[in-house]
Amino acid sequence: MTIFAVMCAGIFPLIHVGRPWLDAYLTPYPNQHSLWVNFTSPLLWDVFAVSTYFTVSFIFWYVGLIPDFATLRDKAVTKIKKVVYSVLSLGWRHSNRHWQHYEMVYLILAGFATPLVLSVHTIVSFDFAVSIVPGWHTTIFPPYFVAGAVFSGFAMVQNVLIVVRKIFNYEHIITLDTLEKMNKIMLLTGSLVGYAYAMEFFIAWYSGSPIELFTFVNRAFGDYAWAYWIMISCNLLLPQLFWFKKLRRTIPVMFIISIFVNVGMWFERFVIIVTSLSRDFLPSSWAYYKPTIVDFGMLIGSFGLFFTLVLLFTKFMPVVSIAEVKAVIKGAQPSHHEDK
Amino acid sequence: MDNKKIYAVTGLFDTPDEIIHATKKVSSAGYKQYDVNTPYPVHGMNIAMKLKHSKLGYFALAFGLSGTAIALLFMYWVTAIDYPLVIGGKPFFSLPALIPVTFELTVLLASIGTVVTMLFLFFRLPNNAHPLHDTNYMKKVSEDKYGICIEAKDKLFDAGKVRDLLISLNAKEISEVYYDEDYLKSNFKVYTPQFMGFLLIVFIVVSSAIYYYNNKMLYKPPYNWMMEQDRVNPQSKSSFFADGFGMRQPVEGTVSRGHLPYLYAGQPEEAGAKLVNPVSVTKENLALGQKKFLTFCSPCHGNFAKGDGRLNNLFPVPPSLHSDKVRTWTDGRIFHVITEGQNLMPSYATQVTPEERWAIVLYVRALQRALNAKEEDLK
Repeated sequence: MTIFAVMCAGIFPLIHVGRPWLDAYLTPYPNQHSLWVNFTSPLLWDVFAVSTYFTVSFIFWYVGLIPDFATLRDKAVTKIKKVVYSVLSLGWRHSNRHWQHYEMVYLILAGFATPLVLSVHTIVSFDFAVSIVPGWHTTIFPPYFVAGAVFSGFAMVQNVLIVVRKIFNYEHIITLDTLEKMNKIMLLTGSLVGYAYAMEFFIAWYSGSPIELFTFVNRAFGDYAWAYWIMISCNLLLPQLFWFKKLRRTIPVMFIISIFVNVGMWFERFVIIVTSLSRDFLPSSWAYYKPTIVDFGMLIGSFGLFFTLVLLFTKFMPVVSIAEVKAVIKGAQPSHHEDK
Repeated sequence: MDNKKIYAVTGLFDTPDEIIHATKKVSSAGYKQYDVNTPYPVHGMNIAMKLKHSKLGYFALAFGLSGTAIALLFMYWVTAIDYPLVIGGKPFFSLPALIPVTFELTVLLASIGTVVTMLFLFFRLPNNAHPLHDTNYMKKVSEDKYGICIEAKDKLFDAGKVRDLLISLNAKEISEVYYDEDYLKSNFKVYTPQFMGFLLIVFIVVSSAIYYYNNKMLYKPPYNWMMEQDRVNPQSKSSFFADGFGMRQPVEGTVSRGHLPYLYAGQPEEAGAKLVNPVSVTKENLALGQKKFLTFCSPCHGNFAKGDGRLNNLFPVPPSLHSDKVRTWTDGRIFHVITEGQNLMPSYATQVTPEERWAIVLYVRALQRALNAKEEDLK
């Protein structure tokens, strides 16, 4: 999921560079201009953060799948499947001499991936926070974006999981308890994001900067108040329903709430970007933003790309790590009496 | 069938407890070349197999540190040595701004390096031609059985004895695994000069393609660059505008930088009465006035302003500037004539700046005084 989302995410900056065929200029290679990229620019940090995030996620995901590919290889019935899974499994033999290193590497990769998640969202928020546009130039952005990313990420995964467990009859693997735990995280991160909204207002007032204050009052009560209040109700108010255990364990409720959370998080980006840009320092650039057909095309296209990849993945590859599930079911590990 | 050699004797177990127990027994029987195959990592197996702690953590550290070093050194070389650019007045090598990229490269190199080391160096993968592949044993351990496999390479190996040992451990489906040396040899191998050469060729082809794309193809149509795009050159025609001119007139009332509009256009008497020479009599200003006078005025008025310029008889002769009329004119009146021109004399406003015009006025005064010197000038 991360990988597909990052693929979609990676496309947008590339489109927005304006000349997508020149994206290679963002990589520091010895080019004919004998010019290097600016390593102190957030745009470049973004290039490194997103590409590293993608690569490491991809490696993590693939390494996790190798034993599963081996299992699929040994259970394959058709020739083509057997060849494909043999190649993908690299000839994994479930050897315990391998498992020993494998577990170590998996631990190391998990250790890398966690700070990487923090770093990638921090750096994405730097794209805004390092600029001087009122409403963007705030130090709260990095933690705020990380919380928002976890929040919307969980909502998206929740959506997909609910559908997947229903279609593939995975109710015994992806249990209601799992979903409930995810709802708790959504409640926590949603409240964190709500705290960030409140804090932004406080700092705008506390800073004493009339421009900052105007920006935030304009956000909540200006032309885009509708977007702002959609964001608040979807991201902050609706997830509060998860305080009730009954609602937390009702699948239709959590499905609807997580859809609304996704809508709310989309509106968060809309509010951040559009309201700040529609009222920046130059009154001559003040305007009311109207999306064009191209904007809608890019949005729909990214949805299409994401769901195509996810559906292909669920069709041909193990959605849940087989080896991991096997290792944690009851009786999978030796009883401790004998383990001396 | 002649080439078939025994690779190992394998046995299967049903529970993790059994396999741990069996492994300990096999290990203590002195076997070294054996392996345990389980569908997932079984806890306690490292101790049972007497395996040493995985060294991969050190590889991760080494790769990570080299990532840090490469990132910092490269950025130092780029930003401080090869192409130093002042960005926002910051030092060329400003560490805080370089932290994000350093961090990303550290993680990137550590992850890739560790995984590549594990898969290719430690595991010798990809290897799809291992004797255990496609055996019933592999299919069972791939799903839910726990297998042990004592290899023929072991010094103590003896098919009968191993079989007895496995039977005593209550192993199920004990079987010998054979392999065909010729088959293995005939099979495709990764670590051969041929395949490595193939990889090298692929690498060269891909690199050349990227080089060609970035440095050649990008400069071919349809990628129009600025210099090839339609544009309007200064002073050229353009059908785009109704008047056919490529260049546009400035907006009415535009004032260019450093320019003040002349307030007394067409009002010589007003100018004479109100304009005051702001330039003081100094050596520099008189020298400037002389230079400008000789350049712009002397062709008609003559080097000494007597009306005997070098264009004599080719152009109507201007009057002398030593006449009583001109001598009694105020500085502002003369300035007005230079600015606006009079009779046949054109305006010199575009060639001579206001300061220079005032300097010329000073120089004309000096010339006039030279021909009409007063008593005290002689002292």
